[in-house]
Amino acid sequence: MSSSTIAPESQIATPSSNHHTITNDLSIHIATVNGSGSQSANTVLLRSIFSMGVPVSGKNLFPSNIAGLPTWYTIRVSKYGWVARKTDVDLLIAMNPDTVADDIRSLQPGASLILDEALKITDRRPDLTYYTVPFDQLVIATGAEAKLRKLIKNMVYVGVAAQLLSIDLPSIEAVVRQQFAKKPKAAALNWSAVQIGFDFAASNLSKHDPHTIAPMNATAGKIIIDGNAASAMGAMFAGVTVVSWYPITPSSSVVEQLIGYLKRHRIEPDGKATFAVVQAEDELAAIGMVLGAGWAGARAMTASSGPGISLMAEFAGLGYYAEIPGVIFDIQRTGPSTGLPTRTSQADLSFVAGLSHGDTKHVILLPGTVKECFEFGIQAFDLAEQLQTPIFVLSDLDLGMNNWMSEPFDYPTAPITRGKVLNAQQLEELGGFARYKDVDGDAIPYRTLPGTDHPAAAYFTRGSGHNERAQYTERPDDYQNNMLRLARKFDTAKTLVPAPIHEGTGSASIGIIAFGSSHWAIIESRDQLHRESHIETDYLRIRAYPFTPELDAFVAAHDRIFVVEQNRDGQLLNLLKVDLDPAQIIKLHSIRHFNGLPIDARTVTRAIASHAAPSPQGAHI
Amino acid sequence: MSTAPIAPAKTNSIGLQVLDYRGSKTTLCAGCGHNVITERILEAFYDMGIQPERVMKMSGIGCSSKTPAYFMSRSFSFNSVHGRMPSVATGALLANKTMHSIGISGDGDTASIGIGQFVHLMRRNLPMIYIVEDNGVYGLTKGQFSATADIGSKLKTGVINDLPPIDICALAIQMGATFVGRSFSGDKKQLSAMLKAAIAHRGTVLLDVISPCVTFNDHEGSTKSYKYMQDHEESVSEIGFVPQFQNIDVDYDPNTTVDVELHDGSHMRLRKIHQNYDPTSRQRALNLLLSDKDTGEVLTGVFYIDTQQTDFTTLLNMVDEPLATLSSDRVRPSPQILETLMQEHR
Repeated sequence: MSSSTIAPESQIATPSSNHHTITNDLSIHIATVNGSGSQSANTVLLRSIFSMGVPVSGKNLFPSNIAGLPTWYTIRVSKYGWVARKTDVDLLIAMNPDTVADDIRSLQPGASLILDEALKITDRRPDLTYYTVPFDQLVIATGAEAKLRKLIKNMVYVGVAAQLLSIDLPSIEAVVRQQFAKKPKAAALNWSAVQIGFDFAASNLSKHDPHTIAPMNATAGKIIIDGNAASAMGAMFAGVTVVSWYPITPSSSVVEQLIGYLKRHRIEPDGKATFAVVQAEDELAAIGMVLGAGWAGARAMTASSGPGISLMAEFAGLGYYAEIPGVIFDIQRTGPSTGLPTRTSQADLSFVAGLSHGDTKHVILLPGTVKECFEFGIQAFDLAEQLQTPIFVLSDLDLGMNNWMSEPFDYPTAPITRGKVLNAQQLEELGGFARYKDVDGDAIPYRTLPGTDHPAAAYFTRGSGHNERAQYTERPDDYQNNMLRLARKFDTAKTLVPAPIHEGTGSASIGIIAFGSSHWAIIESRDQLHRESHIETDYLRIRAYPFTPELDAFVAAHDRIFVVEQNRDGQLLNLLKVDLDPAQIIKLHSIRHFNGLPIDARTVTRAIASHAAPSPQGAHI
Repeated sequence: MSTAPIAPAKTNSIGLQVLDYRGSKTTLCAGCGHNVITERILEAFYDMGIQPERVMKMSGIGCSSKTPAYFMSRSFSFNSVHGRMPSVATGALLANKTMHSIGISGDGDTASIGIGQFVHLMRRNLPMIYIVEDNGVYGLTKGQFSATADIGSKLKTGVINDLPPIDICALAIQMGATFVGRSFSGDKKQLSAMLKAAIAHRGTVLLDVISPCVTFNDHEGSTKSYKYMQDHEESVSEIGFVPQFQNIDVDYDPNTTVDVELHDGSHMRLRKIHQNYDPTSRQRALNLLLSDKDTGEVLTGVFYIDTQQTDFTTLLNMVDEPLATLSSDRVRPSPQILETLMQEHR
């Protein structure tokens, strides 16, 4: 796991020769207008720092809008490898007239900013360092035609920032040329804009802030990728054959990127596809197609987010009750309702766990890293067919749409697992089968696929009451026995889903439980607690629902447990309470973050530090 | 004891008996039009010599959607959720495009709750037979109106329907279905010919089969009653069907018939009753259905057929074998491809 390879801050000596210099530890905040093309410039900046061997992460805080509204991009540079969101901004690049006043106001003393001269900010805060740049004039100097100037302006700030922070020019050039590999003219124009910005800064700005970036060797072999691309790759290597989807932010890029991968790597020499992708008319149809395909034997998936998941509720229940495999990626955004469509959260957990009416329980995988988006993207398909049930993969906007460093992904070593499917020969030997009979004691029955050439192969799939032979029934004992078997099947799932990951010595009295993208704030917070407050913690990262026995052991072994999650209602906490020994529940304390932005380490540290101090017996947050 | 030799059981072209196409006993009301349609369906598959294991029976929710249990027990059946059979059927055919698929729906399941998925199924020209067992009423919930109920018709409770009906056939033609017809559950000859032609067609077949509800909607005021249909049914054409495994009957008058060659090489012959009716014209079909609206007659027959349009599973250019059963090496790319992808993200 990549987190384990990160040396805690406390163990790294700051490599500064001058105590006024801060090397490879800053947060850059770029304020622009969405639709202005700043994304390529920000990516160039991010990748250039990455190619210098310096750990870096990028987060896009964008509006639910096509063009004209404020957008911010945050680049965090950390020699320690911390990649969670950092609330404090060290360098602001202020390009948006609508937000500049607020952007400056929110800076902490000591921060610096690159300011567009055209914004005409005359009031100056004495506690900030200002670098004023006449972007419009510099853009004209690039010789770019008028319609391209808005775009090129962004590349100029890359040059200015590069000069101020000592970012390698050759690194930038290589990244620009790679990014515009298919458009040499655009590459030349963008590169010249970077140089013009760089030269201006070199001749006109004098450095007054402490931040600098120096080459390291901490990114060798690593990749930078977004979680949705990783999930899409996982699905392709899982052997997905049917994909049905309806566009919704922030999940669209799962399928869009998957389509790209499939077209490149899953077309046979005769030009025919080993897959089918359908953009459905809505999310009801998307999951309907997934279940139809899963029933008929395909490895089928869809990707969606909150509102789409709500629409899928009825079919999710059918999938559970009729026992049909399928994979649903839920890239969580902020709800309820339309909510904040372009902001992140972990607030679908309890909804998805029981998605649909009646006693329904779903198996959920909870990736916390892009590597797990890939791995769980594969495993979900195996589990769906092994367990004959819909499998939900709960990612989120932060994990799915932002750029993360990662170790490269490992090629799956386990073969594709298709579960208990009987063929014609087996049916002949058995003399028939009962679709919903627990033959093996694991509560997972056998199924057949449509087209199996045997008179005893067919069965009747229905969402209405059915007995072991898949016949319609309203008998109380048939209904109850079937529901009890489904509950036992959920227990079987515990033996197959990814186990939690334990970090720490195991000897701390304080435990932290979290899941998903909160991981990155947790590992940084544990280091802060250790360094600043001498609070030692153990950490259990849950990676699936149903919970596995490691959870009970972890809770039993700690005096106080902080459950950290990104929603208002403590959804993980509530699910834990259902499963845990009632005597243990008193140990659980909730830390919740739910403002639409990714959780940061400081929020976790503050909450734990303020409550970890000795307190009256049984105090409960 | 009789000494006469026992006549061998009658079999179809693949050696199966009608018995092999039977389903469970119906649980619908006695006299329900749906049961007659069920009989016609299993006969058609028997007559066409389709292996039952090669058929997927799809349905939603409602009286009509229960009927797949009453025919062809050796076929694979999926009784899904209300109004959403089209998406399930689509997924199933994507997984295995080599299967025959027949969907049984009702007027509520199709024209009310399911109209969204219905029109998109038609638009995709998914290769399946979609039958609407149309009685203008919700049976299972005891007699509420559906969206095909006649304007002005009256429920037993006295409630009057004040909205116009949706013409499922006109809608299907407009949306892209390539074989659209209407029949009456009691018209054995016409419905059988239509069903057999439907099995031979490759593309979406929409058959709106008027099927009176004996319990809730079989009264004088309903155009979906037995009495009304017997008095008002008007055929647009007389249909003959010649399967491709028989010699094509040439005994017809070329001046009064249209011969349509279907995808499997069989022929459907429509005997024109309406002067100049050409079932291959979408515009003519729509005009016919629209102009028929105020006549008080229920037009039956095949209104539209297009054998040229590419069906959805062909359009997707999938490999010849079912996606469902492709071997691992064809669906999991090599380690080298993963390495290439990793390199692109370095």
